[in-house]
Amino acid sequence: MQNGTALNGLMLLFDSGSLLKLSWVDSLVIGLYFVFVLGIGYYLLRFTKTGEDFFLAGRKMSSWVAGLSFVAANLGSLELMGWAASAYQYGILATHWYWIGAIPAMLFLAIVMMPFYYISKTHSVPGYLKLRYGEQASMLSAVSFAFMTVLMSGINMFAMALVMKVILGWSIDFSIWVSSITVMVYVVLGGLLSAIFNEVLQFMLIWLGALIIPILGLVETGGWTGLVARVHQNFPAGDYTHLWSTLGSFKDNPMGIHWTGIVFGLGFIISFGYWTTDFLVVQRVLSAKDLRSAKMAPIIGASFKMLVPFIVILPGLLGLAVIPGLVGQQQAMATGAHSYNEVLPLMLARYAGPGMLGLGVTALIAGFMSGMAGNVTAFSTVWTYDIYRPLHVKLTKNERSDQYYVKMGRWSTIVGVIISIGTAYLVQQFASIMDYVQALFSFFIAPLFGTVILGMLWKRATGAGGFWGLLAGTLSSIGMYVWVKVDHNALGIIALSHYAKPMADDMYRALWSWLITVIVTVVVSMMTAPRAETELVGLVRGCTEIPSEGHLPLFKRPIFWAGVVFAVFIVLNVIFW
Amino acid sequence: MTEGSRISIWFFIGMLLTLYGIIITTASVYDVYHPFVGRETVLSNLNFGVWWGILLTAIGFVYFWVFRPWKRKNP
Repeated sequence: MQNGTALNGLMLLFDSGSLLKLSWVDSLVIGLYFVFVLGIGYYLLRFTKTGEDFFLAGRKMSSWVAGLSFVAANLGSLELMGWAASAYQYGILATHWYWIGAIPAMLFLAIVMMPFYYISKTHSVPGYLKLRYGEQASMLSAVSFAFMTVLMSGINMFAMALVMKVILGWSIDFSIWVSSITVMVYVVLGGLLSAIFNEVLQFMLIWLGALIIPILGLVETGGWTGLVARVHQNFPAGDYTHLWSTLGSFKDNPMGIHWTGIVFGLGFIISFGYWTTDFLVVQRVLSAKDLRSAKMAPIIGASFKMLVPFIVILPGLLGLAVIPGLVGQQQAMATGAHSYNEVLPLMLARYAGPGMLGLGVTALIAGFMSGMAGNVTAFSTVWTYDIYRPLHVKLTKNERSDQYYVKMGRWSTIVGVIISIGTAYLVQQFASIMDYVQALFSFFIAPLFGTVILGMLWKRATGAGGFWGLLAGTLSSIGMYVWVKVDHNALGIIALSHYAKPMADDMYRALWSWLITVIVTVVVSMMTAPRAETELVGLVRGCTEIPSEGHLPLFKRPIFWAGVVFAVFIVLNVIFW
Repeated sequence: MTEGSRISIWFFIGMLLTLYGIIITTASVYDVYHPFVGRETVLSNLNFGVWWGILLTAIGFVYFWVFRPWKRKNP
């Protein structure tokens, strides 16, 4: 869910000087933020004693805190900058990544999948795979997740440093070390509890800092109607303000994508894969204090996620209306003009006075740090419980104490941050690594969703089926990626149209790899002996008694609120059709 | 988030927002009479910073007060 194009653009602008000049008031606002996040980490040290405290925040979070943390962990490195740039480039189509690319999946996680994650008492997604399919599938998932997560954390770190370099003129080294050490200190001290506390704080700051642009932007343009009129006036040839009406053909929209790719590739496979099986976000929900809170958390998260385009996409559209001359990165380099990758800081500079600018920059830093902390805490949990622990027990036949695993969690956090810093510097030297790591990350998402969803809904799925399905799906995804790299015409075959652009590649590759995972899992499962139903209690639908919510009043039932959020989602899509 | 004797996250958020509100309000009022050189903004006539600072202070103080740790907790 990152935007590599924006980062590539920023890299080309590396030496173009800073966009914003901070006053001492802005610096004070940013400095206070760092004091608070470190202070919170120090304060929470005393509450982080057991493994459940460190890795699952004691499973005591309310639905609101878990839900806000769930969304904040996703507001990673390039989320704000990248999608504002995409909105300038593609218009309102970028909103699909927030609405159809998130909301149905988050509601599905809440209502259908959360009971199994929560009732099984797993500490992680690979942990669920171990219970459902056994060691092989779990280890494959854990190793790939841990490896990719820590690399992604490094890329995020470098992206943040680059953004700070471009918009504020800060040194790359300063940004990397200050941000990573800050995150490391508060996560080592308070574990997931500290990460979640800070993510809620960061979520509030992101909103309060970023809201400046849409509010003043809409005042300047005369509301939504005025905004649309100005965009049409500035760009009469393109349609930047409709969500669905241009998706009938690959060649009718700037993304070069068809509605089937958006609905099935993004809306079904990629979105469901990310929001229901990526442990980075699922871990936040597992910290909820009870099943009802765990189900409500993604629903609360979805309602806020639906609003995020207001602070991310709308600034890009406002940029189209009030600063129409922004160009692509190559052209920006050649002519010295501003690139659309800079649209968010440019809009911030346009409206934010002293102190307000500091708050806006704090919002960006908070977004970067919440994403980084999400990666680090997820890595630490998966490494400790899903990789180190089973290997240690297998090799030594001895189980270690809970305190030992807490210590391991703290050390793996430090090691994870150090590897991330190393990756950040590696990316600085070899920028292409970033593209490959982001692609690698995407290889596992769609197949993992196929494996997990079959495991939860189909009791006939076997351990061998799960493992070979996951492996086949992942390898086929890699194969399709390499095929397109070697022969660009392959994109037309994979995406079913020669008008397809690279954005469509991700959608259709995800779709095919998910289908392959499902088919292989089903075929292998039918050829192997099923597990006894008694072993599947708490893991699979049909073998698990889900606690009834019938005694609760309607407004306390998760299904009711999921329905409300889904109805709003439908209405929004119709309004902006 | 009030489990055990732990201070609520909303208290910390309230404290930070209150401080931010006071800083931004003060700086924005000062900016009205002594504009920061080289930092002219669009729609500066609306004095948005002053209003936003006051809003932050108000929201922050409500959270700070409602979730203050020295308040007697209900069982």
